[in-house]
Order: sequence, then structure tokens, then C-alpha cells
Amino acid sequence: MSPGSSHATRTPRTPGADLPEHPDTLWRSPEPKRSYDVVIVGGGGHGLATAHYLAKNHGITNVAVLEKGWLAGGNMARNTTIIRSNYLWDESSTIYEHALKLWEGLEEDLGYPILFSQRGVLNLAHTLQDVRDSVRRVEANKLNGVDAEWLEPDEVRKICPVVNTSADIRYPVLGATYQPRAGIAKHDYVAWGFARRADEAGIDLIQDCEVTGFATDGNRVTGVQTTRGTIGAGTVALCAAGHTSVLTDMLGIRVPIQSHPLQALVSELLEPVHPTVVMSNAVHVYVSQAHKGELVMGAGVDSYNGYGQRGAFHIIERQMAAAVELFPVFARAHLLRTWGGIVDVSPDASPIVGRTPYENLYLNCGWGTGGFKATPGIGSALAHTIAHDEPHPFVAPFALDRFVTGALVDEHGAAAVAH
Amino acid sequence: MQLIACPWCGPREEVEFSYGGQAHVPYPDSPAELSDEQWAHYVFFRDNPKGRFAERWNHSAGCRRWFNAIRDTTTYRFERVYRLDDPKPLATELASSRRSTAP
Repeated sequence: MSPGSSHATRTPRTPGADLPEHPDTLWRSPEPKRSYDVVIVGGGGHGLATAHYLAKNHGITNVAVLEKGWLAGGNMARNTTIIRSNYLWDESSTIYEHALKLWEGLEEDLGYPILFSQRGVLNLAHTLQDVRDSVRRVEANKLNGVDAEWLEPDEVRKICPVVNTSADIRYPVLGATYQPRAGIAKHDYVAWGFARRADEAGIDLIQDCEVTGFATDGNRVTGVQTTRGTIGAGTVALCAAGHTSVLTDMLGIRVPIQSHPLQALVSELLEPVHPTVVMSNAVHVYVSQAHKGELVMGAGVDSYNGYGQRGAFHIIERQMAAAVELFPVFARAHLLRTWGGIVDVSPDASPIVGRTPYENLYLNCGWGTGGFKATPGIGSALAHTIAHDEPHPFVAPFALDRFVTGALVDEHGAAAVAH
Repeated sequence: MQLIACPWCGPREEVEFSYGGQAHVPYPDSPAELSDEQWAHYVFFRDNPKGRFAERWNHSAGCRRWFNAIRDTTTYRFERVYRLDDPKPLATELASSRRSTAP
């Protein structure tokens, strides 16, 4: 029957009544209670993971996660999903390797598919200095029990045949570090998996709830003022990434981070052509191919401070130029979509986690361009820190006071995103 | 790509400029008397506001001179550019200039 042929005789129906039932939601949307033992500000990956491990490892479930938008709609939805632990210094490789080990069991832990694919990451070296730094990092990784190898260009070509390893390009590939256990995961599923388990444990995930201020008494934070009322708190943890300064400004705490736009893009869906993850500091692009088939590419940060979740187009142009230089086969791919997130960049490209001038307020920020890979690692370490009221050994080196003592953890090299 | 109005060269494309972070951060008057904490704040800690920010820019692919700007970090709109020896514009001046430039 053609549309419109029998309009006059058809009984009017509610639009959508013939559609299937709405599927079950993965978590409740509760009203906030008057107070909680622990209030986590920020419902992204780190906040949700912290909530999950508070319940799972420490039995603490009187917890609220406050999110000003919707769950995992900030950087958790915008990152390029690369997971690796091949950082230079002991402090960093410890926390990132801790995270990687948790990633390896996360699907079972959450009972939820996260499409964690350990397809390996290549960090390309293009100059003699790159080669020296890379070899040094490989040796440091091995000493820390992190899987790492140095590959010559012909070995790079075997692992990722689409990389241009010819000698006649502007910055020829002189080799690469390789971490076989590195990979990617489906970022949304990771967030949903953590959220579902936290919710099942009785933790309240409160969306559309923006923090507007804090109630304090001496050196304690007693409550969080929000667009959904004031919520009392025994302990508060800030997991707000690029918006951390907005919160710490309300509390009068100075934190040495700068918020920058960081952009990424995807191509249209393509046949599988790119079997691994490739990152290049010097030519500057990082690329993987998502399960669905898009090429996912990340840029360096936009130079200026920005909260706009978008960046300048010349950054995208530069990044695509780098991609085509390294992967000539990408020249015919079409750009599907670009977007930006807000990353919280610290002076030494390492996170800032731990105590603040308020005795019951914990800080978790400064992960900059690399927070996704740390998600389960920081979640478990921050949950331990909150539960024991004492920084976990894995996060202790990343305290705010390192900028006074000078014990910096300089990871500008291994962070692998220009900033 | 947005145009940035260099105080000396006029409007030029954003790619000609480089960013210098927060403006009006004076070198300490008595550096020898600073505590470690005060040094840390001078070296590492800068404002990171969501909204208006007074910051330094360099016209690095043009006249290569530095200048200051008031820019909104949410809209990325430049509200004012001014020379390094000009005082920081008052918020009231900016509010009125914003109204007067509105279409």
C-alpha cells in the first residue's frame, strides 16, 4: 500500500507507539541525597572508575558522582582511546603499567564488553635525537617490567605496512619503539561499564548537576553547592580534568594547570588497513583504526588557553598533512568529523593527584593529553587514597607540592602529544 | 581561521602569531628573598580562567613584536589588543566596548 492511500480510514495512533520498548537503562538517574560519605565531582572516566573501585575494593557505596552534563560526555567521549604504559620515569610507568594490567582484566571485572584490543603501539623516531631518546625509553621500560622493544625501519614495516618507511621523505622513519601490549578500547563502553557497576553497587550517578560553589568550615569542605541543591560531603574528590581550575578557583586553591583545546578527527569508514597504533612526535600525528573502520587521528594541543571544546582549523590541516606524509595511502580518505576536548596541561606533563590545603579534599587533574589510558589505574589508586585517607604509593609522587620541592616528573617526551 | 589584530600590523591570520600565556606577571621585586613556595608560584602557577583572560601574544611570523590581548577563553574572541606598556584595561572599559561594537 502506498503512503497516503488510506489516510481517511486509518485510526490515529500515538507517534512511535509501534516502536519497540525503550531498552533498559544501564544506570538509575536518582535525585541527590542530602549528603554522602564521598562526593566525586566529574562523571567522566576517572570519576566513574574511582566510584567503581570505592565500592569494589573498599566497600564504600554512600557515594555520589556529580556531572554537570551527561555521563562521560567530556574528554571521555573525545579522546583517541590509546592505551599504553611506555613512559620514561619510574613514577609514570608504575601508574600507567598498573592501569594497563587492570585494562587486561577489565572486561571480566565490569562484566561488560569494552573492545580492548591489544594491537600494539609504535612510537616512531625520525631524528638521531629521537632514536637516542627512544632507545633510552625502551631500556627504562624493560627495567620497569614494561614490554618494550626497539624496532628498525624494516621491522616497523612488517608490523604496520602502511607506514611510509622510505628514505626519501622529509623526516624518514629511523625506527620505532614498540609496546605489543598497548592498544585501544571503546571509550564509551568503558564509561558505561564503570557506570553500570557503580550504579549496581548503590552509588548515585547524578547528571545535569553542575557544581557552583563549596561550603567550607576552616580547612574542611563540608558540602558542595550545585544546580540541584547543596550536597553534604565527608570527602570530596575533584575529577574535572579541563575544568579543574574553575572548581579550585571557587576554593581559593592555586593549581598549576592550563586548559587547552585538543582536537581529533575521524575519516569515513574504511576496510581494515591499519593493524596497530602509530604515534609520531616529530611529524606529529597519532593514528589507529577503530573497530568500526574509521581512522582515528589526534593532533597536538591548540596553543592558547581555551574552554570552548573546539579548536582552530589550521591545527587539523597540519595534522592531516602529517598523516598523509606518514601514510600516503590515507590521501584518498575523506575527513568525516573533527572535534575538540579541553585538556588540563601541567608544567611537567604529569598528573597532579593527592592532597590539597583542605584536609578532606583530594585533587585528580593534570592528566593533560593522556588521561584515558590511566582510567582504571587512577580510579583504583584514587579510591584507595580516599578510603585510607592517605595517598596511594602510585600517586604519591604526583602531589601538588612537587612544584615547590622541585621533584618534577618530566614526561614531555613520552607524553607523545605536543604541548 | 580567525584574524588577530596586531597593534602594529593590523589584522592578520592566526597562524602568524604565537601564544605567550598570562600577561602582567612581573618578575619578583626581591628575588633573593623569595621562599621556595613563592618561587614555585612565580615559575609554575598561572591563572586559568574560563572567560576573559589577559594574555601575551607574539606576531612571530610578522613584525615579531609582543603585545597583550584580552581574549575570552570560552568564545576565543579577542576583545582588546594593546601594547605591552599600556595598562591592563579595566573590566568596565571592556564591558562598554563590547556593547559599542555589538551590531
